[in-house]
Amino acid sequence: MTTGPLTPPASSPTALIAEDEPLLAQALAAELATAWPELRIVATVGDGLSAVQRALELRPQVLFFDIRMPGQDGLDAAAQLADEWPPELALPALVFVTAYDQYAIQAFERAAVDYLLKPVQTQRLVQTVQRVRQRLDAHPQAQSAVEPELMARLRALLASGHAATMSPGASGGAVAPLRSIQVSAQVNAQGSAGNTIRMIPVSEVLCFEAADKYVRVLTAQQEHLIRTPLKDLCAQLDPQQFWQIHRSVLVRADAIDTVSRDEAGRQWVALRGLAQRLPVSRLYAHLFRAM
Amino acid sequence: MAPPLQPANSHLKATKAATTAATRAATRPGGTRAAARIDWRAKLRHFVQVVAFALAIAGIQYAFTPQRPLGPPMVYSLLIATITWAIIDLGRELFPSSAQTGWPPGLQGLGLVVTGIVVGYLAGTALAEALCVHVFRFYAAGAHTAALDVRSSLIISALAGIAGTYYFYTINQAAYLQRQTAQALHQASQARLKLLESQLEPHMLFNTLANLRALIGTDPPAAQRMLDRINDYLRATLAASRATEHPLRAEFERLRDYLELMQVRMGERLAFTLDLPEDLATHPVPALLLQPLVENAIKHGLEPKIQGGHISVSARREGASLVLVVHDTGVGPPPETSAAPDAAHDAGASTADAQAGVSDGSGGFGLAQVRERLATAYGEQGVRARRADELFQWGPAEGGGTRCRITIPLQP
Repeated sequence: MTTGPLTPPASSPTALIAEDEPLLAQALAAELATAWPELRIVATVGDGLSAVQRALELRPQVLFFDIRMPGQDGLDAAAQLADEWPPELALPALVFVTAYDQYAIQAFERAAVDYLLKPVQTQRLVQTVQRVRQRLDAHPQAQSAVEPELMARLRALLASGHAATMSPGASGGAVAPLRSIQVSAQVNAQGSAGNTIRMIPVSEVLCFEAADKYVRVLTAQQEHLIRTPLKDLCAQLDPQQFWQIHRSVLVRADAIDTVSRDEAGRQWVALRGLAQRLPVSRLYAHLFRAM
Repeated sequence: MAPPLQPANSHLKATKAATTAATRAATRPGGTRAAARIDWRAKLRHFVQVVAFALAIAGIQYAFTPQRPLGPPMVYSLLIATITWAIIDLGRELFPSSAQTGWPPGLQGLGLVVTGIVVGYLAGTALAEALCVHVFRFYAAGAHTAALDVRSSLIISALAGIAGTYYFYTINQAAYLQRQTAQALHQASQARLKLLESQLEPHMLFNTLANLRALIGTDPPAAQRMLDRINDYLRATLAASRATEHPLRAEFERLRDYLELMQVRMGERLAFTLDLPEDLATHPVPALLLQPLVENAIKHGLEPKIQGGHISVSARREGASLVLVVHDTGVGPPPETSAAPDAAHDAGASTADAQAGVSDGSGGFGLAQVRERLATAYGEQGVRARRADELFQWGPAEGGGTRCRITIPLQP
């Protein structure tokens, strides 16, 4: 974080760098000090979890996210940040830095967000800095206007099962839609259920919610826990039938009763047959924008 | 060696259609499937050779006793030889191991030969006697049972049977060894290809170059050292393409190059120790055998773990075995490695890559390849036969992380 001998004033733009290779993080900071002397780097982190945590704490205006990072990758970190960023504030300008994530590069090529290829070349960095500065200098309205496009790109990438970080062939082929879900009775039962496996028809499921290592499967009557990750479930469910409204929530579209906005600006979905309300991420807010 | 090698080559040719590694690997374990693949052209060739051999023996017998007719010894010789051949050459296909080595192991093989010769002699003699008396009418019944004849024909049968068996056994062995060598070469080139792919893997390549670019600006001597590592590493890979085996010392040097490169990239997140006792340094191992294990340890063990960890690679002597251990303190294998169709729930592995790499029990391409190379080099042959799970063990380590253990026979 060599920001030069002159410490810029506190009102100068701030940035966070998330990069797991320390030399590359240092090098990017050093290059930025030349290309954008006013920029103040408020934190450098080495993993995707701290990236979100520190960004929420420090609220920098620019984020440089490596795509491949431990903890969670840069795309997941961006999605989580979109979920947890205060709804009244515009998202920071996001620049992805990657050695080679062809799909991500293509996705962001003409989007409102920028990307840098490693090794980062000075000339290219200067261009990126210009673009980001224009965005920051622009009217806040103009800035939030680019957000839907960024969200759409990010959504597409996340939905494609991280084509960026996948090995070729791993994503190949459509999966037959899931008809029923196997739950071991042991996980949900109060008492000794033994080795019984219950089959829950997908048509009865109202909502899937990721919780820690499990996914909660909610029907009108019961709650079950399964270990299949939400990402895998997504690929096996009909996207017309189940809508993703949050990084960790899938709901049955025709069970949606109301969508309401609270005083903080956050949207909530209520389902028929379910007492619990479910949050809508700004990443998926487009689903209810036309209403 | 020329005559035995001739049929051995044609053997190879005959099985050429099935010599891709994949089909060989697929057909290897099933005895029934192997039995269904009897090469009848080879059998016919064997039979013709046996007939020629039998006629030659009859000819020699006739040469020693020209006062007797040629007919009876020919009939006897042909029948005994045919039956003996049928029992041994066709019978061995009933043993599953024949699919690989072409020969039943140990006592089973010996038993087959003895059975073949005894039954061949008894049945052949009885049949030949019947033919000589009733069909060819060489002589009347009972006229040809002199004790001397019985003894000499028994001895001739036994010697001829043993000689014939030895001849075919040698051919088979040569063909088997040739197949083994071809397979070992194939796997070694696969390993090198895999290594080249991992070197040229864009993330590895561009991240390494990005680090180099960063160092050139800030620490030129360190940049030079890093470039030297890259050079050594690339050169070693190319050099290894000339040998399927190299000494353990070379193996450990390649690992050091790789780990030092990764250390520049990962910084404090990667620590490693390499432990090679001096007296094992010259022991030969399949070239770059451990490389995929160390790559896995980094890719699936340490890279996903925020605080990184430690990798240790060690070689030691355990009785008559050489034990190689690759241990990392990373995230460890996924909790469930069951074969359930939806077993890919691994909370730790965020990318599908990681799942494909480790969660399928066999451990993905890298581990499967190591297993296969070990099985080819040390498995199921001779007195040092080892089962695959004895050669290679892979699983969670005590206190987290992953541990691979390779146990191969020490060479004298």
